[in-house]
Amino acid sequence: MSETVLKFGNTIGVIAMFFAILLVVFFAAGRATGRFARPLTIAIFLGPAAVLLLAGLVIPVIRTVYLSLFNGSSSRFVGGDNYEWAFTASPIQKVLINTLLWIVVAPVVTTVIGLAMALLVDRMKRQAFYKSLIFMPMAVSFVGASFIWRFVYEARGPEQPQIGLLSQVVMALGWKNPPNWILAQPLNTFLLMVIMIWVQTGFAMVVLSAAIKAVPDEITEAARMDGATGRKLLFQVTIPMIRNTLIVVLTAIMITTLKVFDIVRTMTGGNFGTQVLANEMYTQSFVFFENGRGSTLATILFVAVLPLVLYNIFQLRRERATR
Amino acid sequence: MSALTRRRALALVAPAVAVVTVLAGCSNTSGNNAAGPVPTLTGDCAKYQAFAGQSGKTVTMFASIISPESDSLQKSWKEFSDCTGIKISYEGSNDFESQLPVRVSGGNAPDLAIIPQPGLLQKMVETGKVVKPNDATAANVDKYWNKTWKSFGSVNGTFYAPPMSANMKSLVWYSPKAFTAGGYQVPTTWDQMMQLSDRISATGKKPWCGGIGSGTATGWPATDWLEQIVLRTGGGDVYDKWVSHEIKFNSPEIKQAMQTLQGWMLNPKYVNGGFGDVKSIATTTFQDAGKPILTGNCFMLQQASFYGAQWPAGTQIGENADIFAFYLPGINSSVPTPVVGGGEFTTAFGDRPEVKLVQQYLSTPEWHTSRIKAAKGWVSANNGADQSAYTDPLDKLSAKYLTDANATFRFDASDLMPAAVGSGQEWKSMTAWFAEGKSIDQTVQDIDSQWPA
Repeated sequence: MSETVLKFGNTIGVIAMFFAILLVVFFAAGRATGRFARPLTIAIFLGPAAVLLLAGLVIPVIRTVYLSLFNGSSSRFVGGDNYEWAFTASPIQKVLINTLLWIVVAPVVTTVIGLAMALLVDRMKRQAFYKSLIFMPMAVSFVGASFIWRFVYEARGPEQPQIGLLSQVVMALGWKNPPNWILAQPLNTFLLMVIMIWVQTGFAMVVLSAAIKAVPDEITEAARMDGATGRKLLFQVTIPMIRNTLIVVLTAIMITTLKVFDIVRTMTGGNFGTQVLANEMYTQSFVFFENGRGSTLATILFVAVLPLVLYNIFQLRRERATR
Repeated sequence: MSALTRRRALALVAPAVAVVTVLAGCSNTSGNNAAGPVPTLTGDCAKYQAFAGQSGKTVTMFASIISPESDSLQKSWKEFSDCTGIKISYEGSNDFESQLPVRVSGGNAPDLAIIPQPGLLQKMVETGKVVKPNDATAANVDKYWNKTWKSFGSVNGTFYAPPMSANMKSLVWYSPKAFTAGGYQVPTTWDQMMQLSDRISATGKKPWCGGIGSGTATGWPATDWLEQIVLRTGGGDVYDKWVSHEIKFNSPEIKQAMQTLQGWMLNPKYVNGGFGDVKSIATTTFQDAGKPILTGNCFMLQQASFYGAQWPAGTQIGENADIFAFYLPGINSSVPTPVVGGGEFTTAFGDRPEVKLVQQYLSTPEWHTSRIKAAKGWVSANNGADQSAYTDPLDKLSAKYLTDANATFRFDASDLMPAAVGSGQEWKSMTAWFAEGKSIDQTVQDIDSQWPA
């Protein structure tokens, strides 16, 4: 008890100390005048961010790339052996294929459904209510969502009473002997993607809906006057107008998908042919203690995410510039 | 900055600094009693005389045991603490296995840690921070435990950690009521068990159920099944060589054991009662695996003594009740009473007399008896502990086999193997064997390929 109090007290003390130092620094910065004012301000405001970026991103990246050129215990230089392994070993090829499927299917389906939802809900009354319902899964963590869906996919032999929602539904529809969903390859990978889609659709919907609302009424009205209706209005006016937002949403979900780890880990632990890159990287590094192979997979993941992140940033910049 | 805001800034800084100073003062108030003459303990406390002289000291303890089990633990040493004045400050965490190495390498090690895996103990010893127990502790272990236990608490022949609790994995859970209704007898040999399975299978029911799902640890129950068979067919010698990889997975002995396992838990006539086909074992969680026994859809489940905690509240456990367990019979009659089990080891990091006294006390039959009395569901392999103190019939059954001096006792092999195999590839490959119908040859090769060079 007293130890808890002490620990709590120490924590508060450390935080207080941190603020005290900050105040002193800002105070000093405020006092500086003349020639030093500008460089000092820059250093004080940029310094902490630069230090954190260096310690938290730049150095780890360099070290990971360096480790990827070494063997499991990082004691012997092996050159590109780990990369050769990553692209030729059959279990890892399967992992790469699964990851590719994830980043193509999940974001596209999520964005399409999100767009459809946005268009449909916008025409409904009390749209805030429906929007929050659809958005709600976003508040559930991936691990929580996976647990919910594990119950949905739970399967029993056809002679047993079913406790999984999916099995029960398809059996009620007349499918006598549905598979054990989680074991059915390659279907199981897509069933896991459903979880991602379920969680992310709300996000896509909310962002796209805002973008659609931002399309000026004059333009849609002008298009209508010119005779555009329904599908034509959607594909030739609305979608081109929100193109940038669509791309941002798509790439944002793509990046989330590339890093998907929690869903696979919770649902299957990477078993049954559902393994993806992020989870395999963890397994190699922290279960098998193959630091070289783990670092190699991390590097591959990093290189794969990089263009998406850059594209995303440029898109956002351009959008901001046009406004 | 104007004078006004400057004063305000200073006013903000001042109290913050004051808080820091006050708290820094607080963190330095641990007691520092000088060692006086050893007091004589009297009355009920007289039996703790050997531990006297350290009154007012505190020993910190860190373990994976959390409430409510940890409450019974603290209750079990209350008298010791009251009499000797040594306070045991206990902390339990779900995250023990990952936290302990962090704390030890961070210079923040607990005085005592209760380590459940010999592999982790070895890692800790390699850090050089583990302190050897005193001679009295070592003598207790020699005197009260089956001699294999001391080797699990040793690293490279040096003894470091006395055993604490134990669990028994060679059990088969069944329903005495269902057995009586079906006219079935508890089997005492492996052949009898297989005949019984055939008999139940002939009625159209599946005799066995199983589940190896366990989140990120999916597959571990399957490795337990294999261990049972390896010990029962090859004996302690083959088992030990298997653990040290002198006998590979891809060897006649282990492949033969896999065949036996295939005829048992991968036999479509036998499994998976209440769940579905053989593959459903891979998706059934080990916690759920035994539930169909209660509904009559399954008759037997091979699982450790700690499975007792999984039965729904209100389930009667006893020799003639809803649920009980029998000893998984041997296969090869030249291996006397094979028992696979697990346990925990009291490891010291603090090199102070009071730490070693607490470690010593936790190795005495008196403490083990005290813990048994505190609450059920805890079993000791200390053969000096009072066997009549067990109130639960299942604890009594487990203790009987764990304290048997003639039994061939071995520790859970996957806990002894390198983590890359024992808690990595073996789990994965066994799971793939069940779920994807991989061949035995493929499975053993996959496991061997991950053995660290």
